[in-house]
Amino acid sequence: MEDSDAPAFTLRGVTVHRPAPDGGPPRAVLDAVDADVPVPGTTVLWGPSGAGKTTLLRLLDRLDVPDEGVVRYRGTPLDDLDPLALRREVGMVFQRPTPFAGTVRDNLRVAAPDAGDDRFTDLLTRVSLPTDVLDRDADTLSGGELQRMCLARTLVVEPRVLLLDEPTSALDAEPTRTFERTVADLAAAGLTVVWVSHDAAQVRRVADRVLEVAEGRVRPRGAQDLEELEDQA
Amino acid sequence: MTVNWAGTAFSLILVAVAAGLSLWWGLGLERSIVWAAVRAGVQLLLVGGILVLLLRPQTSLWWSWLWVAAMLGYAAWTAKQRAPGVPRIVPLALTAFVVATALSLAVLFGLGVFPLGARTLVPLAGLIIGNAMTATVLAGRRMVEEFTDKRDEIEARLALGQPARDAARPYVRGVLRSALSPQIETTKATGLVFLPGAMTGLILGGADPVSAVLVQIVVMFLVLAAASTTTTVMALGLSRRLFTPDHRLVRLARAAS
Repeated sequence: MEDSDAPAFTLRGVTVHRPAPDGGPPRAVLDAVDADVPVPGTTVLWGPSGAGKTTLLRLLDRLDVPDEGVVRYRGTPLDDLDPLALRREVGMVFQRPTPFAGTVRDNLRVAAPDAGDDRFTDLLTRVSLPTDVLDRDADTLSGGELQRMCLARTLVVEPRVLLLDEPTSALDAEPTRTFERTVADLAAAGLTVVWVSHDAAQVRRVADRVLEVAEGRVRPRGAQDLEELEDQA
Repeated sequence: MTVNWAGTAFSLILVAVAAGLSLWWGLGLERSIVWAAVRAGVQLLLVGGILVLLLRPQTSLWWSWLWVAAMLGYAAWTAKQRAPGVPRIVPLALTAFVVATALSLAVLFGLGVFPLGARTLVPLAGLIIGNAMTATVLAGRRMVEEFTDKRDEIEARLALGQPARDAARPYVRGVLRSALSPQIETTKATGLVFLPGAMTGLILGGADPVSAVLVQIVVMFLVLAAASTTTTVMALGLSRRLFTPDHRLVRLARAAS
């Protein structure tokens, strides 16, 4: 199902309309976007809020579909892929932690009902969570722990791509750094990471490359621009 | 035992008591109370008139079936009025009502619990459809609320590669539980807390209490079955509609009320 030289994602002429909040005519959140997300490293989608970063990320997991244009995963248009198989290859962590009812183990089991505790403790270690949280009710975890649990839950199905939608926006500095280090390790281990952020300092810390999303358009930013980002931060 | 026209008119005093209370406490409900009472009276008199026509030996049973069909349509329309936030509720509600009605009537008439005739068909169908309607509105609203509130969780499940059916299951189960609980509680309390309508009516009408109780038991089971069948059809049908064929969650306009 794939072309080994192809980028992880390719967008061509991608347009998404959304109804205006005041009931006016729909506006283009993404307007004829062309962009490539390479396989290695961390690609950051950076831009002001409301610029369409989250919309773009959701397209990559087929939680939304474009009104026009085509999104390809490793060379194959998403329309030609089984969405469930795609989502097992492309995991997503949302802006707000989304614990399911029950214990941490119950949460990890959702995507892997047959997996044993060995597997789960392994995953918890990878996301820097103590293994004794398995029996705790997910609701009792702190914000940072919850978000790392959600990350572990996504990793259960061993995705090749990780989509992160401002995963640290509700976290303090210390849990944010822990989360960033965990993801850096995953990226170093070969996972393709697409990270949405509006925080320029964070972009500077985590990005191997930056796609700027603004006013419905997407353009790559170079190394010089990264320094500029740091100045803005 | 019968109540004559004068007696019925005197019972309006009871409505006046309710309206008077509203006036005394400044509730502003007196107009609604009087209007509701007058409307119910007129509607019931009309229904009684039509029943007289339907019960004449020379009237074909088809007229009764026609009435059942009209009740189904009216109930679906009412469900739409009372749950405006639920997408395309009418065909789904109609399906739920038809399933509940067909199932219940098949048991009642097929097994000879009641003889099939205008006297039994119209009131029993009315009972089924009336209760099914309440259950539909409740289940429909709860589904939309739940799928709006838990949108993030459901999408997180989809993002894990779960099929729409599996991702929806915990939330549908919650809706079914909360929609059916009141009916189950009512059924449990029957006879202890209140004497239900059918039985009260029969006893007031002079029937033997034992036969009144037997009829009431059948009616109660009927209502329970109607409510649970409709709720299930409604919740499962809606949960399918809230997803696209490629397992995406449909964006809902926030449910009204």
